[in-house]
Amino acid sequence: MKAKLGLSKAKISQARRRAAGIAGPVREHIRRHTTVAVERATLRLLGADGANRDGVPVPNLVLEALRGRVGEGLSKHYISALLREGKSPVELNAALAEGFDIAQVPLLDQGRVAAKAAELVRELEARLRANITHRDARLKEFSPNAKSPMLYVIVATGNIHEDVKQARAAALQGADIVAVIRTTAQSLLDYVPYGATTEGFGGTYATQENFRIMRAALDEVSQSQRRYIRLVNYCSGLCMPEIAAMGALERLDMMLNDSMYGILFRDINMYRTFVDQNFSRMINAAADIVINTGEDNYLTTSDAVEKAHTVLASQFINERFALDAGMQPRLMGLGHAFEMDPAIKNGFLLELAQAQMAREIFPEHPLKYMPPTKFMTGDVFKGLAMNVLFNFASKATGQSIHLLGMLTEAIHTPHLQDRYLAIQNALYVMNSMADFADEVEFKRGGLIKRRAQQVLDESLTLLAEVERLGLFTAIAQGLFAEVKRPQDGGKGFDGVCEKAPGYWNPVEDWLECRLKIAG
Amino acid sequence: MYIKPYGDTLNDGAVQLSFSMPVTCSGRAKEAARQLVLKMGFAQCDIVHAHPLSDEFTFFVAYAKTAASIDFDRVEYVEALDEKSLSMDEVNAFIKAEFKRKLVVVGACTGFDAHTVGIDAIMNMKGYNHHFGLERYPMIEAFNLGAQVPNEKLVERARELRADAVLISQVVTQKDTHVQNLTRLIELAEADGLHSHCLMIVGGPRIGNKLARELGFDAGFGSGTYAEDVATFIVKKLKERQTAGPRRQQ
Repeated sequence: MKAKLGLSKAKISQARRRAAGIAGPVREHIRRHTTVAVERATLRLLGADGANRDGVPVPNLVLEALRGRVGEGLSKHYISALLREGKSPVELNAALAEGFDIAQVPLLDQGRVAAKAAELVRELEARLRANITHRDARLKEFSPNAKSPMLYVIVATGNIHEDVKQARAAALQGADIVAVIRTTAQSLLDYVPYGATTEGFGGTYATQENFRIMRAALDEVSQSQRRYIRLVNYCSGLCMPEIAAMGALERLDMMLNDSMYGILFRDINMYRTFVDQNFSRMINAAADIVINTGEDNYLTTSDAVEKAHTVLASQFINERFALDAGMQPRLMGLGHAFEMDPAIKNGFLLELAQAQMAREIFPEHPLKYMPPTKFMTGDVFKGLAMNVLFNFASKATGQSIHLLGMLTEAIHTPHLQDRYLAIQNALYVMNSMADFADEVEFKRGGLIKRRAQQVLDESLTLLAEVERLGLFTAIAQGLFAEVKRPQDGGKGFDGVCEKAPGYWNPVEDWLECRLKIAG
Repeated sequence: MYIKPYGDTLNDGAVQLSFSMPVTCSGRAKEAARQLVLKMGFAQCDIVHAHPLSDEFTFFVAYAKTAASIDFDRVEYVEALDEKSLSMDEVNAFIKAEFKRKLVVVGACTGFDAHTVGIDAIMNMKGYNHHFGLERYPMIEAFNLGAQVPNEKLVERARELRADAVLISQVVTQKDTHVQNLTRLIELAEADGLHSHCLMIVGGPRIGNKLARELGFDAGFGSGTYAEDVATFIVKKLKERQTAGPRRQQ
């Protein structure tokens, strides 16, 4: 898209340098640490799966048995057990679920372990490559039916089989992306539940089985509709890297993944989150999965006019952490949201400025645009009108991932017909103004250009302040979302572990090599 | 006075409805939808729109007329506040005059609820829709504990902070999960003795004063509530308690 706002390239570069300055010291911390979730994710990618009779997942059983050895990396124990017992991962998982004590298995010499690891990593690589090949082939085959922006809906019944029905209906109506809402309870569980969910509250669990069920359903409807329907889930919370692993294995296409969301909005410890987000993003990048960052959340707690620059600053920071994890811009679905108070005069122009600014500053990134939520009331008719303007802003500024606003937002999780009405609304608006963006330029010195420049300036100031304080301190002082989080507070801190001199992680080594991350 | 819905004539009883049914869209489906609306008790029904949502679901828009009416004079409802709310300045003046100290208010989304929009609207400095939040009130010390605070932790923090009132926001109400969570919380607050000197107030889009009182809370506030409404209830109720002596355990 043509640049229309006349934003200073020098300022944008300066913002990126500041983001790099902010991420640098955090990167040092990340490099020196592992977490229980990183180790469990690694085990999963090497083949650990299943759960015991009490529902404790196999990766957690391995972790519990080897709790004191996390700093050395747990893979060598799992691989030694495979070799010594002469079992396949499936067989070893079954034994572990029956109570086999992995702590009693002596480690084999590193040469044999590494050779076996190389074999397992080759299998992993082949599986991820097959997933990418399949997705790319379908995207190419169905490209004539691709839409821009892609229409994204959520399903949230709490029963994966009911979700399938609703997802199918939405896809038939024109949805391109289906996100299966995860029960909010899961983000604070330090394990990934096992099996299909049929009775969830406010969503299902992100489980590998649920991923499989929805993937199969969407593949079927993709074929019938000649459109590749993308599947999304939440790679966030205490099990961020493990869910990334499951998503990579089961060919999810997008995952919600933010570098700071868990810290600010779930009170997860910051040291834990930074390590986890890095590992999960490496997995996402290797599996060609688009991440969706969570900047929209800033505006549900803070004011969209006053705090617009915090969204932009966070986008720069999210971009930097993603680059550090070996991710290309084409996989970075940076988030923002249409959350102005509808009573503000010219509020729509401010929204347009923000959306256009994001588009121009992040030209290759598949921007994720979130609908109005904060000012949605029980008045479904007003809500529908607000969503028309949101759809307009999205199309007018070339957004990529368009989360459809529901007229019943603030009332209940979407009913079947709510999604239909939202899709019809978007199809109508976006078709009737298909080439609008190409036709329209903004007035020199006008409100829209001035607003975009102001937000960029303010975000530069904020980034400078964060760089000066250091990101850990800045978060502790409440510079983001007006939420203060102490450095050693929050959930999951005890799961962070300094890497011992002998730390070894074959999946991490492979990811860094594959993604060309400098060691 | 008996009243009915008003479309364009007094007592015409006009109602608009929309719903989906798990059937393929067809003339028969439309007729089924019409008959269903009549079965609901409506006297007359037009299905004005029917559209397939998939091969197994159909969406309907219907206009219907009801014969039902309600005697408005006999409808009873108790608002959490029986008078107009005080303004922010009046609340502060009231606290200064009546309590001669700052009041402590602790708020959170408890249990698994992660939706802070409601508690933020009431507590954050900025407030909502040009109504400042409790953090802005000079005579209120407001502590917003945020999302997914375990009930135990909330009770513990409220005790530590010597809270005068606890605000709980519940947005997720699917399958009545909020009722279970609120029941657990109030049991904890009673067992701990917290509720004997501290008001327990709940809010959320699907929360009403009636439900809150039934569950054992002091008040419930639904959508459209601003910080001053909650603050007014808190100061008036605490004043009433002060006059009546400490609340006895029931």
